[in-house]
Amino acid sequence: MINFKNVSKRYPDGYVALNNIDFTVESGEMVFLTGHSGAGKSTLLKLIAAIERPTSGTITLSGQNIAQLKLGAIPYLRRKIGFIFQDHNLLFDRSVFDNVLLPLQISNFDSKTVTGRVRAALDKVGLLKKEKAMPIALSGGERQRLCIARAVVHRPSILIADEPTGNLDIEYAQDIMSMFTSFNQVGVTVLIATHDASLLKDAEHRILSLNQGKLAV
Amino acid sequence: MIRAWLMQHGFVFFLTLKRLIATPVTSLLSVIVMGITLSLPTGVYVLMENLSAISGQTMSSPQMSLFLKLDIEKEDIESVKQRMEEDSQILSFQFISKDAALHQLQQSNGLADISANLVRNPLPDAFIVNALENTPGNLEKLRATMQSWPEIEHVQFDSAWAERLNALLKLGRFIVLMLTTLLSVAIIAIMFNTIRLQILTKRDEIEISKLIGATDSFIRRPFLYFGTIQGLAGGATAWLIMTLAIRAMNEELGTLALLYDFDLQLQQLSPSDSISLLLFSAWLGWLGARISVASHLWQIEPR
Ligand SMILES: Nc1ncnc2c1ncn2[C@@H]1O[C@H](COP(=O)(O)OP(=O)(O)OP(=O)(O)O)[C@@H](O)[C@H]1O
Ligand SMILES: [Mg+2]
Repeated sequence: MINFKNVSKRYPDGYVALNNIDFTVESGEMVFLTGHSGAGKSTLLKLIAAIERPTSGTITLSGQNIAQLKLGAIPYLRRKIGFIFQDHNLLFDRSVFDNVLLPLQISNFDSKTVTGRVRAALDKVGLLKKEKAMPIALSGGERQRLCIARAVVHRPSILIADEPTGNLDIEYAQDIMSMFTSFNQVGVTVLIATHDASLLKDAEHRILSLNQGKLAV
Repeated sequence: MIRAWLMQHGFVFFLTLKRLIATPVTSLLSVIVMGITLSLPTGVYVLMENLSAISGQTMSSPQMSLFLKLDIEKEDIESVKQRMEEDSQILSFQFISKDAALHQLQQSNGLADISANLVRNPLPDAFIVNALENTPGNLEKLRATMQSWPEIEHVQFDSAWAERLNALLKLGRFIVLMLTTLLSVAIIAIMFNTIRLQILTKRDEIEISKLIGATDSFIRRPFLYFGTIQGLAGGATAWLIMTLAIRAMNEELGTLALLYDFDLQLQQLSPSDSISLLLFSAWLGWLGARISVASHLWQIEPR
């Protein structure tokens, strides 16, 4: 499903964040990406959604070469992916409901079905009762769950999460992890970046480990 | 699919209205500024249209006077009549003999004494000619033709005033064009800046929308709607200003007409001119927004 081949990323300032990365994530798999702060986890995830472009190498997603993707095709690539950003990226000028609605508006969903879909997504993350609240009134954990609802509302086949449990206590974190597991159980490919070792301890999933921009074997 | 597309546009339309209403004073002010700006060339245009309508009325039966040579015979007069009847450019003509002319002269006050002392009639025979077409070009051609006839001493046609009026109308149209061009640029600049500010305040929304797969046209759409709607509102304001101004002027003209016994009323903008005004102003708003969006959106790339 996701394939990296000799992928390197050098930022414009000359810093090499990723160095010759090779790996494959199969369809329906759930994979963890770990590594120290600054190892290049976010960079790697951003490459998949074409938020950053690789300096060299090929990245394929369902057979499509992302490194060669035309600018006009990028929006459609991103719609296939549910992305949970490290820095949340919520819109604070609109309600919880409207935040989750945004991806559906963007991809032209029929307004008859959207309300149901938004409520279903909010229900999955346990925020249905807060649909009218503004994001500013949510706790950190609730905001994180709002991000998840927004990432899954359009039912993407790939879910990418960048530090979804950062700053959350262990119980809350495990709660969120079990959400990802349940998405994975219905066939969604899941890729999670985290440096939270406690999450990795009892995980029965594959772990990719980044160190200074290189993949450790 | 088409339904979803319509929904999408309807949604953006109402979102735009909501945005306009959310900042009522700002929206109202910029609509008024656009309206006043547009009403300037529109006003000059309306005056020109009225002027050319009035001049068309007065020019509808332009007359020329043909003075025959003093020493011509009766047959010559007949042959001139013959030629005039054959000329398709001449609507009608009237012969005024030198005796009739002298008689008329004797009737007029003050001149009777002078004419009574005349030994010989100094006046020539003459024709008064009504031309078929009243455009200055045609009149001039007709004048030249008749002037070339051997019996004719002089064709008198006061085409100068018609040409002056024509030149004035031409100048007026040029002023309309110039004002329209300059003020259109001004409106585009106003819209450019309005949209630039909006883009800045919506930066987060644009960035996040791009991150989760919004196309450029999706992001552009609300701004283009905003420009178009505001342009349309500006055009409607200009139309309203014009209509009220003409109504007020006609009231004044009505009072003058009573005092001086004439009838002159300014015409309002025709329906097709009104629609052109609205479409043009909407297009200006759209264009300003389009240019602004094109030059600012690319700077907002999510990282
Ligand atoms: N836009 C950028 N320009 C230049 N350097 C960058 C840019 N983004 C990231 N970097 C650098 O690339 C390296 C990897 O960054 P990245 O965000 O991928 O790390 P990370 O593994 O996600 O770290 P963290 O766990 O703290 O989120 C860092 O050293 C960072 O300073
Ligand atoms: Mg990171």
